[in-house]
Amino acid sequence: MSEWKKIVALNEIPKLGSRVVRSSKGDIAVFRTEDDRVFALHNECPHKGGPLSQGIVYGDKVACPLHGWKIGLADGNAEEPDEGHTACYAVKVEDGTVYLEL
Amino acid sequence: MQKMKLVVIGNGMAGMRTVEELLKMAPEFYDITVFGDEPHPNYNRIMLSPVLAGEQTINDIVLNSREWYTENNITLHTGKRVNKIDRTRRIVYTEDGTQAEYDRILMATGSTPFMLPIPGKDLEGVIGFRDIKDVDTMIETAKKHKHAVVIGGGLLGLEAANGLKIQGMEVTVVHKNEWLLERQLDRAAGKMLQKSLEAKGLVFLLQKDTEELIGKDGRVSKVRFKDGQEIDADLVVMAVGIRPNYALAESAGIHCDRGIVVNDTMQTYDPRVYAVGECVAHRGISYGLVAPLFEMAKVCATHLANFGIGRYVGSVTSTKLKVTGIDLFSAGDFSGGEDTEEIVLHDAVGGVYKKLIIKDDKIIGSVLYGDTTDGSWYFQLLRDKKPVHEIRDHLMFGQDSLGNTGHQGQDKAAAMTDEMEVCGCNGVCKGTIVKAIKEKGLFTIDDVKKQTKAASSCGSCTGLVEQILASALGGGYAPPSTSKAVCGCTDKNHEEVRQIIRDKKLLNIPDAIKTMEWRTPNGCATCRPALNYYLLSTWPHEAVDDPQSRFINERVHANIQKDGTYSVIPRMYGGVTTPDQLRKIADVADKYAVPMVKVTGGQRIDLLGVKKEDLVDMWKDLDMPSGYAYAKGIRTVKTCVGSEFCRFGTQDSTQMGIDIEKAFDHMWAPHKVKFAVSGCPRNCAESGIKDVGIIGVDSGWEIYVGGNGGIKTEVAQFLCKVKTSAEVLEYSGAFIQIYREEARYLDRTVHWIERVGLDYVKKRVLEDTEGRKAAYERLLYALQGAVNPWAERVEKRAEHTEFETITL
Repeated sequence: MSEWKKIVALNEIPKLGSRVVRSSKGDIAVFRTEDDRVFALHNECPHKGGPLSQGIVYGDKVACPLHGWKIGLADGNAEEPDEGHTACYAVKVEDGTVYLEL
Repeated sequence: MQKMKLVVIGNGMAGMRTVEELLKMAPEFYDITVFGDEPHPNYNRIMLSPVLAGEQTINDIVLNSREWYTENNITLHTGKRVNKIDRTRRIVYTEDGTQAEYDRILMATGSTPFMLPIPGKDLEGVIGFRDIKDVDTMIETAKKHKHAVVIGGGLLGLEAANGLKIQGMEVTVVHKNEWLLERQLDRAAGKMLQKSLEAKGLVFLLQKDTEELIGKDGRVSKVRFKDGQEIDADLVVMAVGIRPNYALAESAGIHCDRGIVVNDTMQTYDPRVYAVGECVAHRGISYGLVAPLFEMAKVCATHLANFGIGRYVGSVTSTKLKVTGIDLFSAGDFSGGEDTEEIVLHDAVGGVYKKLIIKDDKIIGSVLYGDTTDGSWYFQLLRDKKPVHEIRDHLMFGQDSLGNTGHQGQDKAAAMTDEMEVCGCNGVCKGTIVKAIKEKGLFTIDDVKKQTKAASSCGSCTGLVEQILASALGGGYAPPSTSKAVCGCTDKNHEEVRQIIRDKKLLNIPDAIKTMEWRTPNGCATCRPALNYYLLSTWPHEAVDDPQSRFINERVHANIQKDGTYSVIPRMYGGVTTPDQLRKIADVADKYAVPMVKVTGGQRIDLLGVKKEDLVDMWKDLDMPSGYAYAKGIRTVKTCVGSEFCRFGTQDSTQMGIDIEKAFDHMWAPHKVKFAVSGCPRNCAESGIKDVGIIGVDSGWEIYVGGNGGIKTEVAQFLCKVKTSAEVLEYSGAFIQIYREEARYLDRTVHWIERVGLDYVKKRVLEDTEGRKAAYERLLYALQGAVNPWAERVEKRAEHTEFETITL
């Protein structure tokens, strides 16, 4: 049964940036958009496993730092014509703190 | 908000490209209805010739399948001709009585082949060469009949003739003028073309005027000329030109003048009605080639989407003939008048003819026969009105726009087989690219990059991809204009963005994005790093650096590797080190179990495979400044031992290199900058392929600029000679500062110099003494107070949460 785990204060994640969470399910990248929406993806690009957490975040996408694949933060899908999917994790913010469902 | 109704009259390439561009910008804005005369969905008309020549089938050339229309909930009526527009009640009617209301109309009725008004023109077997129906008729006729006569030795006529020949008919081409394709070729090239087509079995009758088509029981059987001569003809294809199809618009009272008159925003005299494509008359000109149509489509789409920023100002066009096997290129005015000069290369036996017409130091026209690889380059120079005196001597011998590596040394795409790798970075072979172009309907380099990944990494093969596009698309291919938009978020190019940042004193990215009306809330991975650099370099110490807009390497001050580890390269000024430094590097490599310790091409040592969590601790133990090996800035200053040790050394090149690396450390630039200092003309530090290459000579220092050793090897060009090392710092500093202020992000110095010209650089750096000194001061000012980023992260560790991984 998965449960909500406390991760970090929202303001500890840079806007248009991310933090890496090392968990039993591997590294998870927790992203924060400019308008404070939060998303969580498995920290490996579907292309060649690049660390998505290190990519440039724009709109609700992140550009993988290795070869520039564009991954949707909400669904983990690669932007056309690249094809691939990275697992997503449920994440929420309650009074300024980020929680991850693991 | 109830959706507006858009009715598109004409289901051809220009209309559908406008709809595609519109859907990209405002997908939910309109309920779209499309009416097309032909029974087919939109297909690629350029590919009709390969269909006639049997290289393609009709399904291959469909651009927008019927599913595409339904997916984008567009109502498509094929085989339905609109014959009336009621502009007061805003309703469109078709011949069979169908009606459609509209708030906006997009007229894209294309053009119709011009049929000579001569007796017999309505006989069976007399057709144009415009659509699939014509191609079907030709293929059918070829099965039963022998003699084909093509009237018109222009682009279309020759393609029809070639196709009919391949279908097995005896083909005679009748042409009014003295040589073929007189609107694209001069006499010499026209005659060479005729000879090579005759070798393929085509027969030509030149300076012939057709008087009458004679029929036998309703079908054409002979063609009679004004001079009385008659020839047999079972099929007559009229390819004597096209006329914009504006009858419908005129019947609706919309102002027409040999085409539907539109302004620069593609609006007709009725503000609710827009028009694009061959049916249009824009500034008195009608276009028959695909490239201008797509430019119109883009502009029209922005206005239909109420995002009215685009303006269509007309197109300069170039033509590339696709008669298989024969390469031809033509652009601009090649007739040549008194005040023009000609540069001609004519090798009749070798089958090559290249002619450039120059006026006031600019190319105004070009004709190429046999070897057209440089067509796109000449067209770019022509369109951008670039002065050519600096490159006049090698104009004829080509731009060599290819990188030197990654494609087996091939520089002519036509010579490559389908399996040959064109793009070495992504492993894309020629066959894949050609297939994607034809099946997915690609028209620009960006389309090919997006769909096949070719040319999307280092760009060394861009020239080859361009050649493949040009040969596949013929007139349809227009090389990108050199003033390209920064990215998809805006239509502004780099120069405009830099100017606005300077004029409006923008100091951070959110302001820049708002002021310049970006299409996206916070830009994209392409423009954010560029904006960050432009802000910092224009307003040093005032603009706010945004780490989240920097590529990871610059944000973390270490190079990311494929497994997410990093490489650490400390400064080794001028490539000189000490035992103490070597011990510290060795100790750190042991302590953090660094997988590889490597000597780099830039005369320093690289520690590869460091885990991100170890970086800050390692920097603390290493206690050496960051080597900026990841930066768009000064990377290394390579040196030779020079007069300090070498028996040939004329100057102390080592010390000069150390002084430069220390003086310009911490600098951000449009791209990486590499220096080298050699102590004598033997040039052991390879100054010849550096952004700034300095060579010591007995009487002082020679400074060379714009060299490049990477994707494409470029030799640095001589800038000047100076006496003292202080002058070396001042002159090279000024050069770099002007490059920092005026180049486009990701342009190396060689690309910048190619764009602005070495003369301009000499004027700014050599002739303008005050300007040079001021530029040098501006560089030193920008670098004032810069700190070693590694030490800064060690001291203020808490602030840099970037490096802390959260463990559960």
